[in-house]
Amino acid sequence: MPRLESVFRPFRSSDAERSDRAAGDRARHRAKVREAIRDNIADIIAEESIIGQDRDRIIKVPIRGVKEYRFIYGDQNPNVAQGDGGTERGQVVGKNKGQDGEGSPDKAGNQPGVDYYETDVSLDELIDLMFEDLELPDMERKRLRQTESEKLFKRHGFRQKGIRSRLDKRRTARSRLRRRAAAEDAAPTPGRERFPFHDGDLTYRHVTTDIRLESNAVVICIMDTSGSMDTVKKYLARSFFFLLYQFIRSKYQNVEIVFVAHHAVAKEVTEEEFFYKGESGGTMISSGYKRALDVIEERYHPTLWNVYAFHCSDGDNFDSDNPAALKLVQELCDVCNLFGYGEIKPLGPRYYESSMLNVFRRLDVDNFQTVLIEKKEDVWPSFKALLAKERVPVETRDG
Amino acid sequence: MADWTFQELEEWDARIRELVEGFGLECFPQEFEVCDHNQMLGYMAYSGMPSHYPHWSYGKSFEKLKTLYDHGASGLPYEMVINSNPSLAYLMRDNSLLLQILTVAHVYGHNDFFRNNRTFATTNPEYTIGAFKSRASRVRRYIEDPTIGLERVEAVLDAAHALSMQCRRNLSVRKPSASELRDTAIEKARRPADPFRSIHAEPEYIEPNLRRNPPEPDEDLLLFIRDHNPYLSEWERDLLTIAHEEAQYFLPQIETKIMNEGWASFWHHKILETLELPSNLHLEFLVRHNQVVCPHEGSLNPYHVGIKVWEKLEKKCEQEGNGLDEMFVTREADRDTSFLRRHLDEELVRELDLFQFAPEGDELVVTEVSDREGWKAVRDTLIGNIGSNTLPIIRVVDGDRDGKRTLVIEHVHDGRDLHPEYAEKTLQFVHRLWQNEVVLETNLGETASQLVHNDRGFSVRAA
Repeated sequence: MPRLESVFRPFRSSDAERSDRAAGDRARHRAKVREAIRDNIADIIAEESIIGQDRDRIIKVPIRGVKEYRFIYGDQNPNVAQGDGGTERGQVVGKNKGQDGEGSPDKAGNQPGVDYYETDVSLDELIDLMFEDLELPDMERKRLRQTESEKLFKRHGFRQKGIRSRLDKRRTARSRLRRRAAAEDAAPTPGRERFPFHDGDLTYRHVTTDIRLESNAVVICIMDTSGSMDTVKKYLARSFFFLLYQFIRSKYQNVEIVFVAHHAVAKEVTEEEFFYKGESGGTMISSGYKRALDVIEERYHPTLWNVYAFHCSDGDNFDSDNPAALKLVQELCDVCNLFGYGEIKPLGPRYYESSMLNVFRRLDVDNFQTVLIEKKEDVWPSFKALLAKERVPVETRDG
Repeated sequence: MADWTFQELEEWDARIRELVEGFGLECFPQEFEVCDHNQMLGYMAYSGMPSHYPHWSYGKSFEKLKTLYDHGASGLPYEMVINSNPSLAYLMRDNSLLLQILTVAHVYGHNDFFRNNRTFATTNPEYTIGAFKSRASRVRRYIEDPTIGLERVEAVLDAAHALSMQCRRNLSVRKPSASELRDTAIEKARRPADPFRSIHAEPEYIEPNLRRNPPEPDEDLLLFIRDHNPYLSEWERDLLTIAHEEAQYFLPQIETKIMNEGWASFWHHKILETLELPSNLHLEFLVRHNQVVCPHEGSLNPYHVGIKVWEKLEKKCEQEGNGLDEMFVTREADRDTSFLRRHLDEELVRELDLFQFAPEGDELVVTEVSDREGWKAVRDTLIGNIGSNTLPIIRVVDGDRDGKRTLVIEHVHDGRDLHPEYAEKTLQFVHRLWQNEVVLETNLGETASQLVHNDRGFSVRAA
């Protein structure tokens, strides 16, 4: 017999089931990934065409926040690999993927620290993350037509029967103590005997469902679809409205949305038409505002409804229309909780042409907000600026 | 389900152990644990340790391994061996009988290497499992302590992990204490005994700088911060110790990857060839063995390079007729760098068709091949890219520059620049632990530069 000893420990399935030891660390890592995604949302939105995508779609998100940094050498240094015999000087053996990629030929190498990493997130998850800190501002309670919005569970007394998770431990323990005190009074027992819980001691919290009423709200999306809105501008405007649409759908159950498209004339359109159909023609911004005011007048009276209106345009309006537009903005502001105007001005040859921002500057109303969107990276910050709970600039958030 | 029974495995193991002893390998007692693929993923994420402190990076590594495994991008190893006494190894339940036999033999190779290689002399294998357990319970205690909590523990551990490999490489040389270094400095400054003193000119006296801390540049970054940042609390110091100790435990394995895998592969091959396997098992053995030690074109398979060098050494021993003594001495005395420098000769470099490549524009281009003129350059580049040579040397030169408690660290530049983004982010971690200005002296391109991180953030200065 050899002196060297060995022991074999067989596989125990009970161990295997119990030993998901990485669970805690995985959850923590996952949380960090979410954090990283949140910090990079502006980039993700700019890079991904998420407009009109199915909410179950999986998006690949590059994670930069969870790298494990160390002092390492840059990967522009020479290294050694093995060939199939007959390798010659000057032969090309792979692609140099630069400082962020992996620098070994053909297959991915095991360079330390090369740590570029992607994770899958569904659009749904992403949207939840994005809209965490946003809300429709200044929502007021309006009379009448309160819509039923949410079912909540509300505590309502105690019962002897119930489900385990609603067991009230304190009351249960108290009830046992009371019973023991009574029992000892009746027949004093010497010494400390076991005094177990009885079914009668168990006390459960009782809950009833409660319906919370929410104020009515309507969001009016007004988009310029005139000829001057080229593909890039339309893309930016639709990105903005898509975010708005997703935001409302994910945060509010009963908010109504109205779509208005205008060029020289305006009409109310369906969601489908709004996001996917192109139009052309001259621009009369006032027409869009007029149509919005009509809709409000007909269906969403401001005494009963919280009204929010958002307008995206390139600001390339007929000069003669400006006074009318200004007047109607004033009127819209009177009936709306918030009126947001986003001017789409991609840098380019027509950058310095007429801008409605200058026209609207004369307006001094609290609930009128303007943002300028020059490139796709701006869409998210401007969106946030309009709807952030605290209305703070984006930069001041911790992180 | 597996095609083997425990009894079968134990019988094979007994025969293997007999051969192991017959060949002269000296092993710790061996424990084998059979696990399924999920447990194996768990062990891999935590470097094989049965208990380990929690940190999100292990969750990340688990997810990564699992994704790769689920998508078939990488298989699982047949085994994992821990350097401890008794040695602990995991076998995959679903492997075939032949794979288990091969793995058992391979494990004894590693076991012998851990026990005998000089590099591992400092790892205290008797206490390995206990030490990891103790670290785990300490970290958990800090996390559960309401005055500390997960977030603060994580902040320190993130930083400590970033710096833990910045430590001394050669652990078998004792580190002199600060007072010993000061004594040496005083000794050096003293005028040497000179019988012709009366006719020699008085040499200029250079006063040794005894104030400087550290007296000589110090590679143990975490330990220096632990000992010289007075604002750290006890639990923070302990976390730095924990990260440092763990790095010290793993360093020898980094230093001997090629030797160790080559040694284990060499012995599993030899043992299985001697076992007189039935022909069906023998055929499977040849296939599996070739899968393990085949060359990876365009990269480097440490199993392949390792076993090639050992086989060459064996041939040399046979020619000289002195038994395998030289092999055993080598496995005791060398580490990857010395192993390759000594035994990877021109013939072998050419046989392996090693080549040196470097990025040129968008492409990776072969710059040296293993011919008469090039093979030395190829070998030296290889040696520069293995073991701890892949880690830049960063040393503390001054813990109190200008009396402002500025920490100055230097990168010992060997021709390779630091990765700028990683250097910036890692310096931030040094700053987090030092809690005051830190300066990293290095070369960026051709120019000597100072990377600075202080309360105002990061900046680069020309030195």
